[in-house]
Amino acid sequence: MATIVGTIMTSHVPAIGGAIAKGRQSDPYWKPFFDGYPPVRAWLDRVKPDVAVAFFQDHGLNFFLDKLPTFAVGAAPEYPNADEGWGIPTLKPVKGDPALSWHIINTLVADEFDITMCQQMQIDHALSLPLALLWPGGGDWPIRVVPITMNHVQHPLPSPKRSWKLGESVGRAVQSWDSDARVLVLGTGGLSHQLDGERAGFINKPFDLMCMDALVNDPQKLTRYSALDLVREAGAQGTELMAWIAARGATPGRVTKVHSNYHVPISNTAAGLLVLQNEDAALPKAA
Amino acid sequence: MTSYNAAFQDIPGTTVFDATQSRLGYHLNMFCMSLMKPDNRAAFKADERSYLERFAMSVEQREAVLARDYNRMIALGGNIYFLAKIGATDGFSFQNLASKMTGMPEDAYKAMMVAGGRPPKGNRSKSDPAR
Repeated sequence: MATIVGTIMTSHVPAIGGAIAKGRQSDPYWKPFFDGYPPVRAWLDRVKPDVAVAFFQDHGLNFFLDKLPTFAVGAAPEYPNADEGWGIPTLKPVKGDPALSWHIINTLVADEFDITMCQQMQIDHALSLPLALLWPGGGDWPIRVVPITMNHVQHPLPSPKRSWKLGESVGRAVQSWDSDARVLVLGTGGLSHQLDGERAGFINKPFDLMCMDALVNDPQKLTRYSALDLVREAGAQGTELMAWIAARGATPGRVTKVHSNYHVPISNTAAGLLVLQNEDAALPKAA
Repeated sequence: MTSYNAAFQDIPGTTVFDATQSRLGYHLNMFCMSLMKPDNRAAFKADERSYLERFAMSVEQREAVLARDYNRMIALGGNIYFLAKIGATDGFSFQNLASKMTGMPEDAYKAMMVAGGRPPKGNRSKSDPAR
């Protein structure tokens, strides 16, 4: 059966794409953010995942207000990135893993998740930028992906509790997949931020740090919050925390924290990074 | 029991993008999405007023776009993820738009963010005694 090696949760602020394109990683503004990633790359070099199952919100590239699925699962052989009209470079397409996608879809529907199935899908900055942070260089991505999008655009949003259960079901699917693949779970977005209105710039560091701590050892504590609670505590766009909650729900067994980073600000956002290892998986030891 | 949508009214300085806003702003947001294509960005820049005629937007929505009044666009149903494409077409960042919406000079807004952002105290609830 497939092995879940662990989970990476990271912010995906569009401005990161501009900073990478302009080579600003060492600028004083950006350095505390980019310095978070080399330890993650060292961990990836050790655990060598073949495929990543990624939870994130689509910001309108696939799904607009005309048709907006609450949850959608990609089942395409390849996922192109595209111009989102935000002035950041378009990155190379990433390969899919349709066999795993369909196994996850079958499991989710059997578990009564009425998801949307997508044999054509584009990936926006919510997946392309985390890939660029984890495997820099802009070359061919050394990983296949299964994108799972969550609606954080238009209310009513799914709840943190539902997001957790979605993750749990995906985790069970991966662990029952007849494959020797090593699977990474990704959750992208957040942490606290508000882009719009008079409250723009809202950051709640105590709440963010509480969530990052809970995601390691007591993640179900976060399922007690409602979407309203997240808007109040983490900002109008801080609801992306639900992608982290889903990713944690998908992570089985005993976990240990490999690495974390938290930095304010990147643009309007508190940037978070958390890496968890599945201690029940047979993984190469650290040198 | 407070309804899902009514519960959001207690959060200060925030217009939650719910069904009411989404219905109101559908064509405004459609216009924003058209700016994902370079040809459309060029056409909008060349003649904003006539480009906006292509969309079934209200007069108020068109005027708010022409005036780049982002708070007004939000009140008329715009969603920030989509409105930001207008800002990017103008060559502005999300942070620049945030400074406009908060009525702060961009330098002051950036300084607030570098100092840790807008704090939770007094900004979580309209009934917060710290307000």
